[in-house]
Amino acid sequence: MNFLRTTFMSGYKSKAYPNYWDLIALLLVLGVITLLAWVARQMAVPYQLGQAISISLDPNHLPGYALRTVLRMLIALFFSLLFTFIFATWAAKSRRAERIIIPFIDILQSVPILGFLSITVVGFIGLFPGSLLGPECAAIFVIFTSQAWNMALGFYQTVRSVPTELNEAGNMFHLSAWQRFWRIDVPFSLPGLLWNMMMSMSAGWFFVVASEAISVSNQQILLPGIGSYITLAIASADMRAIGYAILTMFIVILVYDQLLFRPLVAWAEKFKAEQVAEDTKEARSWLINLLHRTRFLRYLSTQLTYLFDLFVNIAFLRSKPIHSHRPRMSHYARYITWLWNTLLICLISGVLIFLYHIVFHSVPFATIEHIFSLGLITALRVLVLVVVCTLIWVPIGVWVGLRSNVAHIVQPIAQFLAAFPANLLYPLVVILIVKYHLNINIWVTPLMILGAQWYILFNVVAGASVMPKDLLQVADNLGLGFWLRWRRLILPGIFPYYITGAITAVGGAWNASIVAEVVTWGDHKLVASGLGAYITEQTLKGDFLHIALGIGMMCVLVLIFNRLIWRPLYMLSRERFTLD
Amino acid sequence: MQDLIQPVIATSPLIEVVNVHKSFKKGDRQELLVLEDINFRMYEGEIVAILGKSGSGKSTLLRIIAGLVQPSAGTAFYRGQPVFGPVRGISMVFQTFALLPWLTVLQNVELGLEALGIDRNERRERALKAIDTIGLDGFETAFPKELSGGMRQRVGFARALVINPDILLMDEPFSALDVLTADNLKSDLLDLWQTQKTGLHGILFVTHNIEEAALLADRIIVFNSNPGSIRGELKVTLPHPRNDMDPRFRNQIDRVYTLMTTQPLAESGMREGHQVIDLGYRLPEANVAEITGLLETLNAPENNGKMDLPDVADTLMLDIDELFPLTELLEILHFAKVSKGDITITEAGKAFVEADILERKKIFLLHLKKYVPLARYIYDQLTRHPRHRALEENFLSLLEDYLTEKEASRILSTVIEWGRYAELFAYDYNAGVLSLENPN
Repeated sequence: MNFLRTTFMSGYKSKAYPNYWDLIALLLVLGVITLLAWVARQMAVPYQLGQAISISLDPNHLPGYALRTVLRMLIALFFSLLFTFIFATWAAKSRRAERIIIPFIDILQSVPILGFLSITVVGFIGLFPGSLLGPECAAIFVIFTSQAWNMALGFYQTVRSVPTELNEAGNMFHLSAWQRFWRIDVPFSLPGLLWNMMMSMSAGWFFVVASEAISVSNQQILLPGIGSYITLAIASADMRAIGYAILTMFIVILVYDQLLFRPLVAWAEKFKAEQVAEDTKEARSWLINLLHRTRFLRYLSTQLTYLFDLFVNIAFLRSKPIHSHRPRMSHYARYITWLWNTLLICLISGVLIFLYHIVFHSVPFATIEHIFSLGLITALRVLVLVVVCTLIWVPIGVWVGLRSNVAHIVQPIAQFLAAFPANLLYPLVVILIVKYHLNINIWVTPLMILGAQWYILFNVVAGASVMPKDLLQVADNLGLGFWLRWRRLILPGIFPYYITGAITAVGGAWNASIVAEVVTWGDHKLVASGLGAYITEQTLKGDFLHIALGIGMMCVLVLIFNRLIWRPLYMLSRERFTLD
Repeated sequence: MQDLIQPVIATSPLIEVVNVHKSFKKGDRQELLVLEDINFRMYEGEIVAILGKSGSGKSTLLRIIAGLVQPSAGTAFYRGQPVFGPVRGISMVFQTFALLPWLTVLQNVELGLEALGIDRNERRERALKAIDTIGLDGFETAFPKELSGGMRQRVGFARALVINPDILLMDEPFSALDVLTADNLKSDLLDLWQTQKTGLHGILFVTHNIEEAALLADRIIVFNSNPGSIRGELKVTLPHPRNDMDPRFRNQIDRVYTLMTTQPLAESGMREGHQVIDLGYRLPEANVAEITGLLETLNAPENNGKMDLPDVADTLMLDIDELFPLTELLEILHFAKVSKGDITITEAGKAFVEADILERKKIFLLHLKKYVPLARYIYDQLTRHPRHRALEENFLSLLEDYLTEKEASRILSTVIEWGRYAELFAYDYNAGVLSLENPN
């Protein structure tokens, strides 16, 4: 489960303190968000959407919608991979690029993902006027943002941890940069990258469902897909359609798990860098076994290997023999550094002036105060949720994890549930709230963690199941009582795993707040007070300045909580509680 | 190194290293010198060993010759041409094999050919031949993780030899293997070399194993540590195959030990034949149990307080990387004296080893305070502090003035271990605080 670093996790290995690069990145990101919002405001408000494709609640259309949704996921995945290969590699190989790229990605991770949708959708519509391609791109872009940062940070870290001797062997045998990338860097990072990809994709279902139906400036845009189907079902309060949608999603995720996820992970086993064949159970997949045994597919894979060989050995990207003169120190290097720094300073002062101008001249201070207090309410929700989930899932997770036969059943189910987009289930909760007239501010809260809680469960299960047997036996042997056993052995033992799960769950909850704090069912509309609801409401109104303020506030709050609570806890768990 | 042994054959050298210095930057201002003024030549048809303790910079020198690392000053030449990057014609075998785990044996061997742009069919043919030569046939389609250590290093050799190199560099090629496997591989390598099957014109390797150097090499270059420099060199003229029980061979080994333990006159700082060290000295990584064990062996009736170092290494089954830190610490603490390849226990050492557990601690405490300036310094600082506490970082940053970050933290933790054993001070791992108080 060590690969399980989803949103908010990957940057944690770096130092505990933010350095000034983080601050610069934060400033620039906030600046860009505000700028985008500002540009959006300038655009003509009534968009030309062309002919709206009508969504039908007929279940016969659902397979087609599901396919569209899956396609969006795959396109986004492709771009995330491209982004990862380019920027993560660049950061890993160049110090100057690293100082910019890594803090940037770190900050971008804490921008609420659906916030990207609110901000960019207008821009994309402007790019492709009169067609649905704009919103389509915006939806894909949102999925991209839910995957790319995480994948890039993970890839960057693994590329940097390629053993020195492997790199030296690459140098010694004259591999070109291109060959080295495909022969050493990519294969070495592949198991981690795949896990990361798969986990990001699981999280991505949530966002794809949310981003297909977007209301902006009092105009609803529906892209054909499961997300729009469910939005329509909610609007017309059609319980049966909701059932169909949940069933379809269930099947889609099952198929994706069996046909894509498992085979790829099983295939990636061969790239694990351990030099010793271990006894631990390897990931297996019936599909991979089948493929290995089919003659035609074996033939196909040989051909693919051959093509890959050609690709890696493209002639013009081969290394040239080293010429016998000292690599010259560039005289321009100094000027470039100087120019670079000047540029950076200009950029930062520009952003500062712009932000100052926008925030303090166009917005009264009371608004900022208001947004801040809304942010605190959402933060309080997140904290309460984590505590409640911990109290529920830690004992259950430990109970399950210590019984390997139960764990084998529960683990895949929990992973499956984590992938299932929880927003499909929101209507069920809303119906209950409406029916029993429950307090909205309290009962909307659990929605935020509906999908993310499973991360806590399956991480705790993983932690408990790798607890060394001899330690448990020592505890029995010494006759430790219940509390002593938990305090001295079990809690410290699962702590690193729990923290990993909790951080992921918190990230998920912040992201979910944007859709969870405003929920509807038919004509009922429940609005809780919180920052998420604020962003949604402003998006609906099309007030871009306030959207940017809301997103910026959430970004800053998430960062503060991460640096003050989660990162120190994560470091502590790494240093003190890791069982080797 | 002034007295380079002149070669009999006056051809131009294969490799020539001239005035090479290497220092690594640490922090903004400071530099750490790892290689100082290295000069040597290697000629056609020679096997040369570079012998030294770990951390003596010998691997760095090998990498400078390979073109993987740039020297800070001076130049390495390959056949008269200065080396500025990996050169075609020089190949290398790595300590941990450096095989790509996701490639089969065959693909791993083909890697170097691929980089040279050789076409697929010729690549395959040459790789298969190399695999044959090195005794790996039957394993072409295996992945490295299916192979034993010895077989993996064979893949390393096949990969290095398939590109028909002129010179083979080896970085501790046998140190990750068990003794039997290593012996087997060494004799196969010598076979290949002597039957001229490889087209190699020279082999240069780095090792910390004296026997290995004497078994393979025609010439042994002995390295000093801190900073790495050449201490001297020895020619080994015994014909191959060499037998490690042969008295002439044992004699060679004795010569190496003598060369390694005799203090050159230039090295001053000797007092009454014992080493005097300063605050930033690179204390050896040795623990109390180990030196006690060594002293007990020395003090055993059959040894009578004095032993030949090769015998000590044999009896305790230690290689020089393990043995020399122990002898160094014994010397520093004045528990034993080392000279000319012999080690002799002192009176204090005798008293220490014959005492009971508590008495031993007292003697150790006395010597630690007296002869290890760092321990004494820490103790003084703690005594002066009003609450008798100090942060570990303070001492760490002090040490980092002299040493690399990694080395500084290793030395501090070594000295903390000694100090705790002697009950000179206490240490709280979580807080990183040193103190005089005992835990309550």
